[in-house]
Amino acid sequence: MTADAQRRTPAPPAGTYLGMPKFQKNAKPALANEQLRKNLRHATGTIRAKRVARVSEVPEWEELRRAGEAIKNRTLRHLDTYLVQLEESLVRAGATVHWARDAAEANRIVVGLVQAKGVDEVVKVKSMATQEIELNEALEEAGIAAWETDLAELIVQLGHDRPSHILVPAIHRNRSEVREIFLREMKRYGTAAPEDITDDPAELAGAARRHLREKFLRARVAVSGANFAIAETGTLVVVESEGNGRMCLTLPETLISVVGIEKVLPTTADLEVYLRLLPRSSTGERMNPYTSMWTGVTPGDGPQEVHVVLVDNGRTNALADPLGRPALRCIRCSACLNICPVYERVGGHAYGSVYPGPIGAVLNPQLRGISHEIDQSLPYASTLCGACFDVCPVRIPIPDMLVHLRKEVADHKKGTPRVEPTAMALAGWVLSDRRHFELAQRAAGLAARVLPHTTHLGPMPWPASPWTRARDLPMPPPESFRSWWRKNREEGR
Amino acid sequence: MNAREEILGRVRTALADVTELDPVADVPVAWEYGRATAMADVLARFVETTEDYKATVVRAPAGDVPARIAELLAGAGVATAVLPSGLDDAWRAAIAASGVSVLDDEPQLSRAELDRIDAVVTASAVGIAETGTIVLDHAADQGRRALTLVPDTHLVVVRADQVVSDVAEAVARLAPAVTDGAPLTWISGPSATSDIELSRVEGVHGPRTLLVILSE
Ligand code: SF4
Repeated sequence: MTADAQRRTPAPPAGTYLGMPKFQKNAKPALANEQLRKNLRHATGTIRAKRVARVSEVPEWEELRRAGEAIKNRTLRHLDTYLVQLEESLVRAGATVHWARDAAEANRIVVGLVQAKGVDEVVKVKSMATQEIELNEALEEAGIAAWETDLAELIVQLGHDRPSHILVPAIHRNRSEVREIFLREMKRYGTAAPEDITDDPAELAGAARRHLREKFLRARVAVSGANFAIAETGTLVVVESEGNGRMCLTLPETLISVVGIEKVLPTTADLEVYLRLLPRSSTGERMNPYTSMWTGVTPGDGPQEVHVVLVDNGRTNALADPLGRPALRCIRCSACLNICPVYERVGGHAYGSVYPGPIGAVLNPQLRGISHEIDQSLPYASTLCGACFDVCPVRIPIPDMLVHLRKEVADHKKGTPRVEPTAMALAGWVLSDRRHFELAQRAAGLAARVLPHTTHLGPMPWPASPWTRARDLPMPPPESFRSWWRKNREEGR
Repeated sequence: MNAREEILGRVRTALADVTELDPVADVPVAWEYGRATAMADVLARFVETTEDYKATVVRAPAGDVPARIAELLAGAGVATAVLPSGLDDAWRAAIAASGVSVLDDEPQLSRAELDRIDAVVTASAVGIAETGTIVLDHAADQGRRALTLVPDTHLVVVRADQVVSDVAEAVARLAPAVTDGAPLTWISGPSATSDIELSRVEGVHGPRTLLVILSE
């Protein structure tokens, strides 16, 4: 409490992502949390149904996905060319460009820019890049309050919590939990929630509107990310729903945008592909309510001081591995999270990163390396069912990449005097090939029928069982997971 | 080495396997840009998809637009409206005659002043039938971005010849404005969120009421 009293913004939970134990261990309490699993099941089920309805309206969906894949491949394979072009365009349009090798450098740049404006608060648009570099805490340490303005981010921030989903960071909270958080915390940081507020989402959204409006009206500096950055023109694009993005991008005098180097696209015309792929894949809408595009400084309209911080922070590691490179195509739609049976059961927190779910399982070990336990375990946080690839709007072959990363992790661990690598090598046989995996799963289903009173069994029988025994996963159903999946979830394809 | 040189150096090292220097030759993109999406009636589809977002849509012959604007503002209980400098004179006259008190943005209104105004009335740049989207390029008949953001009601007039079938055609039409440095705002229905249990709630920070007139 004392520490909290000195802070400008609500304190996040203690501990760091990289200090987290491996996925399988984090998953246990999540699996035991009935409320969490119910919230997740409801939310992911709803969003999956919306997505499939909107995707099936587009007859050329597959053609679009292939275009989305190819344009990103072109960009990534010539990233140096496009980054230099983006910088030239931005400077021509009146923006100042900064480059950051890692999170610490990016944070130093942003903190310095905010301090130079002499302010002690900023308003923020939801941005994965700023979460990745943990900018809010860097600002807090410098005595600067960073106010999250996206409703879900606000719920996470006021709840002293961490995001658990890319698109709906508070997906693990239900309406009554949100109500309690708003009632308890809003009054400590600005306009209070009405005492008689109910858990009706419309009332809760109304409380957020009032709470944030005073912050929007007075903020002098805003921090954003960008969904896309157009090399040809220097245009940045932010896709959002609530209008908090527009508020941040339009009202303050100074705008600082933190952009991962992989966000660049060659031309404005390329947007026609991604503005069709993204909303249908992420929120299951034909189009998201608001998209903002701006090109440096527009005289007389919006921020008159515009900064863009281009961040590497491990992206060049992923780029250097041709088998890992496709992960950088990700447009953060979160369709792979919503379709993932593992994510649906354990939620986002177990992944130990702001990037959870299937994309997190491939991206984190590449961005951060595989020296930490959490990153070593992430490539195993999957059943390799393949649904994530099927829904991915830029066709990232996540299952193949997981297999590749599993081998890297196993190689990395070779020589380590632990029991696990042996079992890992055996498990490798099962996991190296999807057919082996299905075979093993069918055998496990058989075991479930033979041993009906056993409630827990590794999903993989011998030879992988020495490794899976410790995993304490629920007994598989008598039909194999994949065949069950085919019957029940074809909707997403 | 400074950060810029080091990052570009890392990128070049990482891409050592790429030998074709021309991006277009290296990765062909099998996509024809700017194509129209086939649909029976573009205008009817635009009305349908825009209404899908709970926006109010009224079709009117161009000559009736001033009267329709006045009616819609009255229906929404609007007492004050800010009008961009380049707005059609006939629309402006009709609004003033209807008793709504009209404000101009010259000199620029402060954020707090905008927050006290009920509504804004603007033209638009493009309408997209397939997605129910209206795009502003913030020309003089639409005003700077803050005008269409802070007041709680936005009445926007879309001309029939501005409505295209889908996103691809829209991007093609808007590209010259982007090249000129104009900001764009794409609006699909009123402000909305699905952040609480994925249930859609209309109205968070942007205008909670979106009134659309399709001028034919
Ligand atoms: S990996 Fe694909 S499906 Fe997953 S968030 Fe990224 S773009 Fe979306």
